[in-house]
Amino acid sequence: MDIALIGRIVPVFVQAAWTTVELSLLSLALGLAVAALVAMLRLSHVAALRFAGAAYVSVFRGTPALIQIFLLYFGGPQVGIQFEPFAAGAIALGLNIAAYMAESIRGGVLSVDRGQMEAARSLGFGEGQSMRWIVLPQAAKLMIRPLGVNAVALVKGTALVATISVVELTYTAQRFIGSTYKPFEIFAVTAVLYMIMVYGLTLLIDRLDRAYAGEA
Amino acid sequence: MNDTRPMIEVRGARKFFGPLEVLKGIDFSVARGQIVAVIGPSGSGKSTLLRSINHLETLDGGEVWLDGVQVNQKLDRRSFERHINGVRQQMGMVFQHFNLFPHLNVAENITIAPIKLKGMAKAEARALALKMLDKVGLADKIDAFPARLSGGQKQRVAIARALAMQPKVMLFDEATSALDPELVDEVNLVMKQLASEHMTMVIVTHEMRFAAEVADRVIFMADGAVVEEGSPAEFFRNPKQERTRSFLKKFLNG
Repeated sequence: MDIALIGRIVPVFVQAAWTTVELSLLSLALGLAVAALVAMLRLSHVAALRFAGAAYVSVFRGTPALIQIFLLYFGGPQVGIQFEPFAAGAIALGLNIAAYMAESIRGGVLSVDRGQMEAARSLGFGEGQSMRWIVLPQAAKLMIRPLGVNAVALVKGTALVATISVVELTYTAQRFIGSTYKPFEIFAVTAVLYMIMVYGLTLLIDRLDRAYAGEA
Repeated sequence: MNDTRPMIEVRGARKFFGPLEVLKGIDFSVARGQIVAVIGPSGSGKSTLLRSINHLETLDGGEVWLDGVQVNQKLDRRSFERHINGVRQQMGMVFQHFNLFPHLNVAENITIAPIKLKGMAKAEARALALKMLDKVGLADKIDAFPARLSGGQKQRVAIARALAMQPKVMLFDEATSALDPELVDEVNLVMKQLASEHMTMVIVTHEMRFAAEVADRVIFMADGAVVEEGSPAEFFRNPKQERTRSFLKKFLNG
């Protein structure tokens, strides 16, 4: 075990891990926004919209995230869509996780007792108002855990964009192998840094979950 | 105002669940201030009938009128949504499973509709909530969350919530069926008090004794049709139809 090497690479790797955090946050934000939209489609009264939502979920869950990344980054320019590696990575990861998050959101909404919507409607609330004031606040609580699982998967999934040379944690690790020939130390440090990120995220999810549970 | 006009009128109500006809052309009306109890075996369509009065169930045929306004009129989607929301504000509905909003405390449960739908000021709404809670004997629970209440208390809050919209009629869908026996009376008491204040009420219930005590008129339904109706006295003492007699006998022996 080359302790000196570990001491030398940690600062650089922490920097790279920060890029992973930024990448995760960006794709998380995009993912949540798209997921909310897809979940709305999935829950719509209009069959065509429901179909569109279901199609989105099937496509993005039914194909490897790596292929989605390649399709956007390598295939995109051919049809006039061109992004920097970081942007392409964030968009592809965001669109991918959105499919999973849409299902978490939809599951939360469907888990709220039907009587809640009925009670709200019987008071004279419209459908949108009932959703906003009665169903969604309760569904939000039920979504935190599943969305948290999605977010953890997303953080680990960011490693995939190393393949399109986004200079994040995994890419940085691979680059250092070439110059040091010490894959064990390098990937061990990498793994530990991912673990720290995921652990921090898990703590955050726990706290959110507890904060919401205490409310009712 | 025309006080002879029925408060609720249902004409030829028909409803299918798939191939099953659950309402086979029901006609009935409720006069202003009248209390009608609807009884019958489970699956008779009595809950469906009640729910179709405020359009929680959509009728496949027939008409429902509230105080001279047709509830289920044909309008385009957007206009109907506006129309039905307005109509529902005039009808209080009490559910078997209370359906209080668990993320809101008692005060918020009662005030959310007056505040959001009628634009009532918060302080005024809270005063209203207190008044309604006083009516149902739960003023001390104004800041409690539903999870802290017993079933009977929950149902009384649900009644207060409906009353806060100052409805023209109150619809009760087996309001005491989910309660432990010892909690039934406190809810019945509130309903009786409402009756004494001449609230127009339609009460779907399994409780024959309560129906006899509180109702001006009893409607007995079976298999999606009204079999018999009359005053509680004639209905319970002297039922005319064989179907009614066998139902009542089963009930008294069971």
